[in-house]
Amino acid sequence: MKRQRKTPLFQGDLVKEALKQSFVKLDPRILYHNPIMFTVEIGTLIMLVVCFWILKGDHSQGSFAYNFFIFIILLLTVLFANFAEALAEARGKAQANSLRKTREETPAKLVQSFGEIMLKEIKIVSSSLLKKGDIFFCETGDIVPADGEIIEGIATIDESAITGESAPVIREAGGDKSSVTGGTKVLSDNIKVQVTAKPGESFLDRMIVMVENATRQKTPNEIALTILLAGFTLIFIIVCVTLQPFSLYAHTPIPIAAFISLFVCLIPTTIGGLLSAIGIAGMDRALRANVIAKSGKAVETAGDLDTILLDKTGTITIGNRKATHFYPADGVNENDLIKACALSSLADETPEGKSIVELSTKSMARNTLSTEGATLIKFSAETRTSGVNLRNGLQIRKGASDAIKRMTVDAGNPYPEEIEKKVEEISSNGGTPLVVSENKKIIGVIELQDIIKPGIWERFERLRKMGVKTVMVTGDNPLTAKYIAEKAGVDDFIAEAKPEDKLEYIRKEQQNGKLVAMMGDGTNDAPALAQADVGVAMNSGTSAAKEAGNMVDLDNDPTKLIEVVEIGKQLLMTRGTLTTFSIANDVAKYFAIVPALFMVSIPALASLNIMHLYSPQSAILSAIIFNAVIIPLLIPLALKGVAYKPIGASALLRRNLSIYGLGGIILPFIGIKIIDLVISAII
Amino acid sequence: MNTEIAGVILMFAATIALAIPLGKYISKVYAGERTFLDPVFNPVEKFFFRISRIDSNKEMNWKQHLVALLTINLIWFLFGMFMLMNQGWLPLNPDGNPSMTPDCAFNTTVSFVSNTNLQHFSGETGVSYLGQLILQLFQFISAGAGMAAVAVVFCALKERTADKLGNFYNFFIKSCTRILLPASFVVAIILVFNGTPMTFKGKDTIISMQGDTVKVSRGPAASMIAIKQVGTNGGGFFGANSAHPLENPTYLTNIAENISIILIPIALVFALGFYLKRKKLALMIFCVMTAGFLLFVVPAIKLEMDGNPAIEKMGINQTHGSMEGKEIRFGAAASAYWGITTTVTSNGSVNAMHDSFTPLSGMFMMLGMMINSFYGGVGVGFLNFYIFIIIAVFISGLMVGRTPEFLGKKVEAREMKIAMIIFLLHPLLILSGAALSSYTIHLHPDLPWLNNPGYHGFSEMLYEYTSSSANNGSGFEGLGDTPSVFWNITCGFVMLLSRFLPIIGPVAIAGLLAKKKYIPESAGTLKADTATFGIMVFAVIAILVALSFFTALALGPIAEYFAMAKL
Repeated sequence: MKRQRKTPLFQGDLVKEALKQSFVKLDPRILYHNPIMFTVEIGTLIMLVVCFWILKGDHSQGSFAYNFFIFIILLLTVLFANFAEALAEARGKAQANSLRKTREETPAKLVQSFGEIMLKEIKIVSSSLLKKGDIFFCETGDIVPADGEIIEGIATIDESAITGESAPVIREAGGDKSSVTGGTKVLSDNIKVQVTAKPGESFLDRMIVMVENATRQKTPNEIALTILLAGFTLIFIIVCVTLQPFSLYAHTPIPIAAFISLFVCLIPTTIGGLLSAIGIAGMDRALRANVIAKSGKAVETAGDLDTILLDKTGTITIGNRKATHFYPADGVNENDLIKACALSSLADETPEGKSIVELSTKSMARNTLSTEGATLIKFSAETRTSGVNLRNGLQIRKGASDAIKRMTVDAGNPYPEEIEKKVEEISSNGGTPLVVSENKKIIGVIELQDIIKPGIWERFERLRKMGVKTVMVTGDNPLTAKYIAEKAGVDDFIAEAKPEDKLEYIRKEQQNGKLVAMMGDGTNDAPALAQADVGVAMNSGTSAAKEAGNMVDLDNDPTKLIEVVEIGKQLLMTRGTLTTFSIANDVAKYFAIVPALFMVSIPALASLNIMHLYSPQSAILSAIIFNAVIIPLLIPLALKGVAYKPIGASALLRRNLSIYGLGGIILPFIGIKIIDLVISAII
Repeated sequence: MNTEIAGVILMFAATIALAIPLGKYISKVYAGERTFLDPVFNPVEKFFFRISRIDSNKEMNWKQHLVALLTINLIWFLFGMFMLMNQGWLPLNPDGNPSMTPDCAFNTTVSFVSNTNLQHFSGETGVSYLGQLILQLFQFISAGAGMAAVAVVFCALKERTADKLGNFYNFFIKSCTRILLPASFVVAIILVFNGTPMTFKGKDTIISMQGDTVKVSRGPAASMIAIKQVGTNGGGFFGANSAHPLENPTYLTNIAENISIILIPIALVFALGFYLKRKKLALMIFCVMTAGFLLFVVPAIKLEMDGNPAIEKMGINQTHGSMEGKEIRFGAAASAYWGITTTVTSNGSVNAMHDSFTPLSGMFMMLGMMINSFYGGVGVGFLNFYIFIIIAVFISGLMVGRTPEFLGKKVEAREMKIAMIIFLLHPLLILSGAALSSYTIHLHPDLPWLNNPGYHGFSEMLYEYTSSSANNGSGFEGLGDTPSVFWNITCGFVMLLSRFLPIIGPVAIAGLLAKKKYIPESAGTLKADTATFGIMVFAVIAILVALSFFTALALGPIAEYFAMAKL
């Protein structure tokens, strides 16, 4: 995994800001958006009024101290919930600010143009004055002033300000690596860039606004959960309101403080207080993984993914093919073959050529080779071979088996059977055979293999356990693709893939009701990125790709999808488990408060006081104190998220049900009893 | 004592043994396969469909189903009102019983159309034989309507995306003629052979041992008693219901009647399994329902057989259990078993006085009605259970990190909204009803409403509203519910709401889900047919119901129990 932006959960300045915001959020106009905490605030206000009554001489509601204490605890309950939300927001904002720092004003070298004609003149302007379509110039050491597409030149660029990745990347005009991001630094060479975004509307700018925005749009699952919680709140309103006539019938007057305490304890304040914090934290976790989600919904959808499309190269295999073996033809000395191969590749700058030299140096010293006076024969699509003509007249060629075969057979030389066999064997093992000839005579075969990234099999296994199907996309022929797919442990593959094939595959999966994610960078990926339910564009990709996707990966790490899925799942799980916990807590609270309400006038119900709480007042206080402190205690869990374990849905449910369901029933019994012991000791 | 328990076990085992083949048969009926009764009923049905211009092959969407269900219920309601208000002069009235007052007719019609069978009259004096026959008709059609609704939901649960979900009239007629009619026919035959009257003659006269002349009511009883049990209606022919010696003459008839109380509700669960070819799912639902049922029935039988400590203190022998208010021919165990079966299924027929059960048995009966889906009424029991499944699916779906889905369909905000409204309705009606009457008694302590003060009086009020809202129809009967216009009308509205909204809600959810895209299962999908999910559903039911009713139950049966224990 790459570098992560790690900040401690409770960072000093963030906590300070969150504390301030917790009071600001007491404003009913803000709190109104959170119906559960809003009802608690109403209860708090009623208690305040009761306290004033008592000061004015009312004796029916118990002592002032007791009522005032309840008022304080209720107020704290609201403040704790506000704090959780404010802290999550503050963390998101801090994250956005660190991104924004890269967006500070930088001088831009604007290329003056006269109509369509670019002039040589360069004018230094502030980056904020750059308009869409302007062309600027960057040279070594310059900070790229705005997002844009390179229209001329090639440069190495340090993108660490955005991605945190210190290794420089190459960006060049044309193709899929042509986009540069404002705030990055040109390390070498110079480029001309056309601005693609208006000032303040660059991709990152919009992302930052999205992350910062406190009034997030609620995601579909969040809306459904809010309905569930509102339903629970309504049930307890019914329970508490009807309790009043019941108690009149039973000749048991219940003081207002007890009513409000019962109500606040029963409604799901724990999840209600943490719900929005969980949502914000989910976006924030994505951001910490260097993924910017365009909406919370995209993160949530990621948790539901059924199918993931991954490019072979760079994701499943390491970059390019590597030479792994030399197979000499019958009667050919292996060392001679290796030497010939190395000679033919010394001047070959392709990754394959380099890997051949690399492999050959394992069995012979490089300095024994000399290519002085040799002519390099470059690979061409026509001959499909490459090689070298040495000064001593030796002609070494290597290339696709059929091309070399034709060449040797045309020259009247035989094509050995064992070579034919070897070529087939290598192909069926997912490798690429390169046949080598010396003066149009076959001397052997080089095996090139895709190197599968270490640990990738385990990652796919993990995805499979989550119920996510992985699909490898490759330009290879079906035979090679199948071999690599099996070896890497992907479930399916698209061989000889054209961009349309990806789109087609996504459509097909979606028609079967599946949710599909893909990662892409090129402009021709844009339709598929848009079609996919979760499209993750790489930050290095073209702006078309970035526009089409609903997430951007700043690290350009194709395996990031796996993390995104886990973040999505964590988000839902945290909500689900805390809801369960919140509701399960009610059992213990009932056993604390209901006997406390009736114990005095109906002694028979003292038997329900199974926790043996000290007195009715201490029982009620213990219950609401527990109810209040559980919120800050769970803030770390809400912000970090419940750990996802890919152990299958039923096992996961069992696990979470026993931790948060059963635990949610037992924990408050213990907690309330301890608080009661403390209170009774103080009294 | 052991024979008593053996009798209960026999009844339950026989029920399950019958329910499995019956479930298979029901699934065949709803799948439109041939049944043995087709030659008899097909021509008749075709004739009626033709003259009423109904195309029974035309498929309907969920909204059309609900419109059909509500309109035919409205027609029956108007028809019932007319007949009951004019029964005095209409034929088949040998005992000369008077016509009903409008409010009583309203209450009775609503009560029978809604499958509640709350009777604010006594069968012997309140209705004519024609009236009884009309009530019997309603017992068929209300049960049939509930079953048709569940057939729509079954159809919607299939693995596909669909808008059209079969034809309501087809499901309805098939439920009545292919399932309810043959089942009641068998039960009625057993009853007739054991002495239950089935005649149109007026009262009979006997001379008692003391030499007094006693007039004995009779009438077309056996047929009504059969359908009252089979269709979880519960409304008896005689005022004393199945405690009456002519309505439930022997232990054998008691077995037959008690089996038929829960037979179709259980068979429908198995039918779901056969119909959807998801036997494991049906088994999970059956196990959850049975676990809940046993949690009520086992302690209730024990408590009743242990006897009433308060009566024991008075020096009355309790070796045969708490026999106050129970029939000697049934005994404590069978009465307790009946008490729980009739309340969990929204049946409401009684063979003992529920008011006299020990406090916790009374609480178990109330809990059975508050949950109203441990088997539940014919059709509607599964519909109520479906609501709990949806809530459980939602919470557990989130807990495993996936948008919740049930049988391949995503459960989203709209479905949750409906599910929560339907869930809320029941506590709302029960608690606010009990609150209203508690408050009235607090204001007017001298009202002659309660025969028992204190906790038991509270239990009686709570039971009355629970029974109305659960469409059960049984009563604690300790209430001095002298039927007044006020009670007839308010109870009528409670029954209407609590009957039709819990049908509309689940059918709407099922219809909405059916239209959604079908998502095939993957390793990340939470499977609904596992023991883990069963535990989750059970926990959701237990916790939600306990949280809703704990305060009320604490002031009623729980307080009474602890008070009695401390005597």
